[in-house]
Amino acid sequence: MADNDSEATSNQILNAMEGRVQAYPDPHFLGLRIEPADLPGLLLYLRDQAGMNYLANLTATDLKEEFELTYHLYAIPDNGLKMAVKTRVPRDGAQVPSVITLYPTADWQEREVFDLMGIRFIGHPNLVRVLLPDEYEGHPLRKDFKKEG
Amino acid sequence: MVLIKSPPPAGNDDDVHQLARHNIIVTTLEKLWDWGRARSFWPLNYGCNCCPIELLAASGARYDISRYGYEVFRASPRQADLLLIAGPISLKMAPVVKRVYEQMPSPKWVLAMGNCATSGGPFRDGYSIYPGADALFKVDIYIPGCPPRPEALFHGLLELKKKVEQGDY
Amino acid sequence: MFKTDRYIINIGPQHPSTHGGLHVEAVMDGEEVVDVMVHLGYVHRSVEKIAESRTYPQFIPYAARLDYMATNLPAWGYVGAVEKLTGVAVPERAQYIRVIMGELSRIASHMMFVGSLAIDLAATTGLLYCLRDRERIMDMFEMTSGQRLLSAYMRIGGVSHDLPEEFFPAIRSFLADVPRMLDEYNGLITGNEILQARCSGIGVLDPETAIAYGVTGPNLRASGIGYDLRRADLYGFYDRFDFEVAVAQKGDCLARLLVRLEEIQQSAKIIGQALEQMPEGEILGKVPKVLKPEKGREVYHRIESAKGELGYYLVSDGTEKPARLHVRAPSFINLMVLPVISRGGKLQDIIANIATLDPVLGESDR
Repeated sequence: MADNDSEATSNQILNAMEGRVQAYPDPHFLGLRIEPADLPGLLLYLRDQAGMNYLANLTATDLKEEFELTYHLYAIPDNGLKMAVKTRVPRDGAQVPSVITLYPTADWQEREVFDLMGIRFIGHPNLVRVLLPDEYEGHPLRKDFKKEG
Repeated sequence: MVLIKSPPPAGNDDDVHQLARHNIIVTTLEKLWDWGRARSFWPLNYGCNCCPIELLAASGARYDISRYGYEVFRASPRQADLLLIAGPISLKMAPVVKRVYEQMPSPKWVLAMGNCATSGGPFRDGYSIYPGADALFKVDIYIPGCPPRPEALFHGLLELKKKVEQGDY
Repeated sequence: MFKTDRYIINIGPQHPSTHGGLHVEAVMDGEEVVDVMVHLGYVHRSVEKIAESRTYPQFIPYAARLDYMATNLPAWGYVGAVEKLTGVAVPERAQYIRVIMGELSRIASHMMFVGSLAIDLAATTGLLYCLRDRERIMDMFEMTSGQRLLSAYMRIGGVSHDLPEEFFPAIRSFLADVPRMLDEYNGLITGNEILQARCSGIGVLDPETAIAYGVTGPNLRASGIGYDLRRADLYGFYDRFDFEVAVAQKGDCLARLLVRLEEIQQSAKIIGQALEQMPEGEILGKVPKVLKPEKGREVYHRIESAKGELGYYLVSDGTEKPARLHVRAPSFINLMVLPVISRGGKLQDIIANIATLDPVLGESDR
């Protein structure tokens, strides 16, 4: 992937999103940072205008003061671009719009983030735990999770 | 004329013992059943994770579990008498294993295969694994290993066979 | 006059199939499947949380226990991610050895796939043939790493031991036998009338749905999309080998079987070339005693595992333990498509669909 290509693409995206998205440096990915409310709009643009039709990975990290969600996007067939979209939410009442209508693969991946990290996804039709029992209390991947016993 | 003494009548204690030792088996029905059970465990088709893959290899042609008589894996717990807990027991799996164990008719035995079933294994300090199958059941035999080789599994099964033969359960 | 009702048939998690603890509820309207609910988590071992209390090298055995059918591949993915994060360089000989071990793992996984597909469709003999051939690969793993199944052979910066003398005749005779093995599988399993009836036209996955659901690996390639990470996202010298990416068009269960059989052949081809090209040299690069990647650095490294795209997302906080490790498990994502391909089919087709999607529950539940 030539640096010119990714820079050109990056500028295109920044223009299209009218300043709501910022680029961040990353050695391997075209990094984009956005607010949670604008996330579906950005992913819609990336899927339909930039050809990024494959959401490979959707995950969250506990940064102690807040949570950070990361979305890794590629294109099938491969077009040489790889993008990482990040968004941050505060710890209390952490919630993000679901992207399941854009990428059906987000279904269980969002359920897993809800199950283990406790972030709610607004608009997900079936936001229940996927790996832990339904009656389990707590979200183990949080840094302040204490195991009983 | 000399009177020939007739031989002593049969019914001498030594003779009876000799006869019994070589031609008659005196036992109890329980001992007979235990002898049969020990040579034909019917394991339940149960496994989570890497250990059942070695169990599968043990039932393949190279290691051949059927030379011991244990190849009849049953899918239904109603027909099985050996619960081989191969792999870790997670929070979600625990009620399932307990229910399956209760559905098995007696006499039944539990064999913990692998480090996860013995003590929680490498995942012991996680939040979702029981620290061993004995947190839920009375385990008869523990087979350590991660995963235990098929030969180790056979060693464990033969130890269980000795236990059952002696009625120690 | 007559009223029909739907009923739910429960399959698993204790079930005579070797896929581990998969729990599926089939909603039936008579003979037809209306919907399928998939429940996971029966093999959830909290691997991602455990990773936060292990140093980077200490996690390698856990990576091997993710996809235990092909253990060298997830371990390779993990050490590759750490090497990307820390900049550790891998010597050439070690890269070739990794390719050989990785492709052997892929062959072992696909052989187990063929065998377990056979036994799931009640053709028990097929499993015995595949297990017999897989034992030779287990022998080779034992020769090199000391462990049959869960060989923690990969290290950050290379591999743990060089290939011993007795490895080379063993692998050459194995490669020479691969055509004969594939002939046996095709004759016994693929060409079997019953298997054809139970797999042909069953569980069709169309390419758009596959991409939308994030399906990767042989399942995607069986639907006509030739996306293989060994070409699309280069790693491990795969550009030095001449091999074909196996693609089928129909997207049904039979296509998923045929793609994997072809991949066994292609993997054998790659191993042959790797053996020829492999130079002498070091097997472990320069690695600091304690690995402390720069704070705030993160990486997402993905490889073509036997099941699809296996990705590792690592975030460093400057200490010797990762702040976050997330495993993008192909089996977790691939299983999402099970309800889609099973609706409208029959109950027995669910079994064929599960078997041909080839999930490994250790990876999908982590």
